[in-house]
Amino acid sequence: MGRKLLLEHLNKANINTMEGYLQNGGYRSVEKALKKMTPDEVTEEVKKSGLRGRGGAGFATGMKWSFLDRNSGKPRYLLCNADESEPGTFKDRLLMEKIPHLLIEGMIVSSYALGCRTSYIYIRGEYMFILRILEKAIAEAYAKGYLGENILGSGYSLDLHVHPGAGAYICGEETALIESLEGKRGNPRIKPPFPAIAGLWGCPTIVNNVESIAAVVPIINDGGDEYAKIGIGKSTGTKLISASGNINKPGVYEIEMGISVEEFIYSDEYCGGIKNNLELKACVPGGSSVPILPNHLLLKMSDGNPRLMTYESLSEGGFATGSMLGSGGFIVYDEKACIVRNTWNFARFYHHESCGQCSPCREGTGWMERVLHNIEYGHGKMEDIDLLWDIQRKIEGNTICPLGDAAAWPVAAAIRHFRHEFEYHVKYPNRVFDEDHVYQPEMKMQKV
Amino acid sequence: MPKVTIDDITIDVPAGTTILEAARMIGENVPPAMCYYSKLKGSGGKCRVCLVKVTKGSEKDPRPMPKLVASCRTAVMDGMEVKNVTSPEVIEARKGVVEFLLVNHPLDCPVCDQAGECHLQDLSYEHGAAKSRYEFKRRTFETRDIGDKIKLHMNRCILCYRCTQVADQLTDQRVHGVLGRGEVSEISTYIETAIDNEFSGNMIDVCPVGALTDKTFRFKSRVWFTKPVYAHRNCTKCTGKVTLWYQGEEVLRVTSRKDQWGESEAFICNECRYDKKATSDWKIEGPAHVDRHSVISQNHYELPFELPVTQKKLQ
Ligand SMILES: Cc1cc2nc3c(=O)[nH]c(=O)nc-3n(C[C@H](O)[C@H](O)[C@H](O)COP(=O)(O)O)c2cc1C
Ligand code: SF4
Repeated sequence: MGRKLLLEHLNKANINTMEGYLQNGGYRSVEKALKKMTPDEVTEEVKKSGLRGRGGAGFATGMKWSFLDRNSGKPRYLLCNADESEPGTFKDRLLMEKIPHLLIEGMIVSSYALGCRTSYIYIRGEYMFILRILEKAIAEAYAKGYLGENILGSGYSLDLHVHPGAGAYICGEETALIESLEGKRGNPRIKPPFPAIAGLWGCPTIVNNVESIAAVVPIINDGGDEYAKIGIGKSTGTKLISASGNINKPGVYEIEMGISVEEFIYSDEYCGGIKNNLELKACVPGGSSVPILPNHLLLKMSDGNPRLMTYESLSEGGFATGSMLGSGGFIVYDEKACIVRNTWNFARFYHHESCGQCSPCREGTGWMERVLHNIEYGHGKMEDIDLLWDIQRKIEGNTICPLGDAAAWPVAAAIRHFRHEFEYHVKYPNRVFDEDHVYQPEMKMQKV
Repeated sequence: MPKVTIDDITIDVPAGTTILEAARMIGENVPPAMCYYSKLKGSGGKCRVCLVKVTKGSEKDPRPMPKLVASCRTAVMDGMEVKNVTSPEVIEARKGVVEFLLVNHPLDCPVCDQAGECHLQDLSYEHGAAKSRYEFKRRTFETRDIGDKIKLHMNRCILCYRCTQVADQLTDQRVHGVLGRGEVSEISTYIETAIDNEFSGNMIDVCPVGALTDKTFRFKSRVWFTKPVYAHRNCTKCTGKVTLWYQGEEVLRVTSRKDQWGESEAFICNECRYDKKATSDWKIEGPAHVDRHSVISQNHYELPFELPVTQKKLQ
């Protein structure tokens, strides 16, 4: 059994209440940080832990914190990104729904480290019920003196607010989140300036994912060094993985960084193998934005060693043979899954979610979706595959925010690794699916 | 003063100048701009046609920038080296952007009122492909009156956001903005014909395409059959410096004066624009400078004037 740092007490009674949370050692890190440590010492522990942002990009959290402009004379803000909208990702939801106090505890300690007087949790509008859970927990924290004026007599004061979004994926992008929080249309800003210099209302701001902030709690409790002992290389600690797709046990798993992908898919502790005893065909290991990998590239790296669940190992080989850990949305496809349909589905999502600010993404996402739709429904042409490749190439890297890249990568990877399936769709427009809309077995996939 | 080299031409510019502005100072191979408007704060960065390649970040940090950058929103650093037309990657990306801009833009210039002074028309003429690869239905909207003087033809809009910035920055009553998202986002007012302020007409001038047109001028004449003449009057609200567009003896419309980048030199008020259409209202200065090379400049009213350049060519 791997160690659990975040979900250790998931199934304890009343863990969602202040009482239950305190019984299981809750709010120790607040006591420790506010009473015994300076803000810089807290930041130092986070740096030592090697924690990397769990929102997708994997940027070192301690490093990000050190970029915060502390001399501007303006208020500083910590924003928790709870907009979790990436298809395939649902880990933050579990954390907030079941153990809301863990996030609040992390927010208090992190805000203390960053010197924030007010902090916000920006939560996606679809999680309205979780907003209520969080608000209840925040009220409990105020009542216990963990929030508000002069917390635990330390002289440090913090107000924490939860703010709902209105149902846009793009508001998970940090600058769009800031715009939305300011009450504006959620369009990503053009960077620089980065939020650490000019973010919310022009003030220095840090945006962190729910899981990143929650991870600060065990880091402060046990020390950064202890946290860094888990994992391999620059991937330290534990990571929540949202596993879905054709597996026996979909769900959220906390893994120690560094277990092998094969173990994660096949062991009974985690996904429990492919459903219905079918073969593994492909996997999107980090949420819909990251490249899909066929089974032979997924399980092994180019040097023949097993691929591990770490930032480095999953991206080994670049996009030619690798992918990304991303936000940990692990989507598994069995041999009957239709890659073209899946790619179309993702393209549909990005088409729907593009904010429409910059032309390559606004126009390109719709175009890709329509071409993919044609191929999927038997109206495709061979040239369409090259056209798709060309469109994605012209979007990637040419947009304001990474949503453009996120729309381009899945299409590129699907064509790169599964071109034969696209060609098959074009060649046999009427033969692609049986009535359950699953792929015909005539197409054999590569064996590991 | 930071020194920047664009396409092998070096120039000293004031700190904080963007790459695009530096290129305009040089005056050669200037990246095109569809959404950037030097007079509007916060404009630019959206259309992506001005993408350039930064091959050297600065003297201090010579690393190249990993992606193409929007030249209109990237400040120059001392020692920066930029490639615009000398980079095949930039040309390729720009061609891609033009294609994207035309994906949902109707290709009906012959019946569009903006033809002849449309920046997208010029841009696609210079950078686009002759044929579109897009085979699907374009998005469509109803045309709408968004003020008593302005027609909104959303089908033609490329979402440059300039008109919303005019609304924000020239007036204190902002009543329109962008609704919806992605491809189907639209410039709109919540209430039809809601736009009613003294500077609203400038929205028409900043629109790079035929999305916002002057209802008092629509379909009266092709722009290239009208003759632009500079004129001025004493106006209490604006500078009163305008361009009158004549057909014969009749003033068909009044607009602001445009500089060589197609931007208004000074915004004008609605009184000058809509209510002063008799020659007797104005002091005539003479034929207008038309510097942009577009369909309209084929009439060669006059030679383009020399650019005020402080450039230094390096061998
Ligand atoms: C289109 C888009 C959507 C994003 N959505 C989320 C999200 O839902 N949740 C999240 O934590 N980060 C999201 N991110 C990443 C954030 O921009 C940001 O990198 C992250 O919140 C930083 O937190 P971290 O350093 O803790 O990972 C998104 C990024 C993009 C470009
Ligand atoms: S890449 Fe897409 S989502 Fe991001 S700013 Fe541009 S249009 Fe908006």
